[in-house]
Amino acid sequence: MPRLQLIFSLGLLLAVTGSVAADELLVSAAASLTDAFKSIGAEFERAHPGDKVVFNFAASDVLVKQIAEGAPVDIFASADEEAMDKAVKGKLIVATTKFNFAGNRLVLAVPRDSPLRLSKLEDLNANAVRRIAISQPATVPAGRYAKAVLDQGRLWGVLQERFIYTQNVRQTLDYLARGEVDAGFVYATDAALMKEKVRVALEVTTTRPVAYPIAVTTASKNARLAREFIDLVKSGAGQSILQKFGFTKP
Amino acid sequence: MTDALVPLFLTLKIAVTATMIVLFAGVACAYVLGRYSFWGSQIIDAICTLPMVMPPTVLGYYLLVAFGRRGWLGSWLEDSLGIQLIFTWQGAVIASASVAFPLVYRAARASLGGVDHHLENAARVLGAGEAKVFFRVSLPLAWRGVFAGTMLAFARAMGEFGATLMIAGSIPGKTQTISIAIYEAVQAGQDSTANFLVLLTSLVCVCILAASGKLLQRQF
Repeated sequence: MPRLQLIFSLGLLLAVTGSVAADELLVSAAASLTDAFKSIGAEFERAHPGDKVVFNFAASDVLVKQIAEGAPVDIFASADEEAMDKAVKGKLIVATTKFNFAGNRLVLAVPRDSPLRLSKLEDLNANAVRRIAISQPATVPAGRYAKAVLDQGRLWGVLQERFIYTQNVRQTLDYLARGEVDAGFVYATDAALMKEKVRVALEVTTTRPVAYPIAVTTASKNARLAREFIDLVKSGAGQSILQKFGFTKP
Repeated sequence: MTDALVPLFLTLKIAVTATMIVLFAGVACAYVLGRYSFWGSQIIDAICTLPMVMPPTVLGYYLLVAFGRRGWLGSWLEDSLGIQLIFTWQGAVIASASVAFPLVYRAARASLGGVDHHLENAARVLGAGEAKVFFRVSLPLAWRGVFAGTMLAFARAMGEFGATLMIAGSIPGKTQTISIAIYEAVQAGQDSTANFLVLLTSLVCVCILAASGKLLQRQF
């Protein structure tokens, strides 16, 4: 029995020391940042050998909810200021670290082989457009940007019947790629990822600029390392990665 | 308030329709596979049980690929019958029925298999055709097990979330089931709406289970 206990304690000791050796950052970022941030994460790990960056991608409001309920997140990057404001209101992020690091463009996209020719938003009212994918405005910034534009053009109510609500902007992109919907609102960066399946019909002029804020969380246990990650995002290297994916300057 | 009741009524509609479908389909499959053994019957039995062990999102993906506009079943349905299943409540019924089917199937197989063969043979000796044997002897003796399986299937259909989320589109009044409504309310930070929906759903489920329990009891 004593030998078993010894092996068990040694094993436990090794497990504990193994995890203490390197620092790990948990970054909660908006779904549209998936590819760009994974690339930045790889760059960060190259510059900080031994440290790891783990990502959690979802709709921005969902991420705020998770942090509010105690998720051990170090960095939060959202796709609009409204989600970040929710985080500020809930005292979830360190306001001094908040920084707008990128911009984007909202586009109306259609499946690649679609016969539709849409030149303005009003064209969505045509009989041929039966299903329009839009992310849930209550939880997804992309949905909010789209709704604001449609409200301004007095089209929201008229098109209501045709909306298919998705959980995040990548699900909208997926429905477009599969041809399940006739049109959908995604970011230019998302559409660019699936050029073979999705075509941009027109660029949507949003009522306010599409801005991506990033901040360190108040509950972060690696605040110093988190700030270094944000520094990388702000730096020339980080910005060029973002621009490579189609994000615009903040 | 009435807004919050819409997903509940929609879910009940979907769950009842799905349960009716799987009751007939499950008992029929259980009868055929139990009565006749042919090459491949084991494989079909495994396929019938598969949705029960598969993660719902996997099933949702299969349904999306099969019934989507470009899917092999979906494109045929759209071209020849003009039917679209994705983003409709009928699609949600298919999703719920798929996950609930094994529950009725397995329960029916076990119950029908447990019926005393002597009683069935006695009926045959007395001149009853196979249909009469099934409806007048086998099924009445097996109904308790089938009923239990059906209640489980109904509960599963009401709680279906993963597959529905992938193929439904969360359209209020058409495909936003109670599970999806609760999920979205929580995500949007509308905790009071979520609390109300959860309490309401729990109450409805408890009532249904209590009523079915009473139904089983009364027969004794």
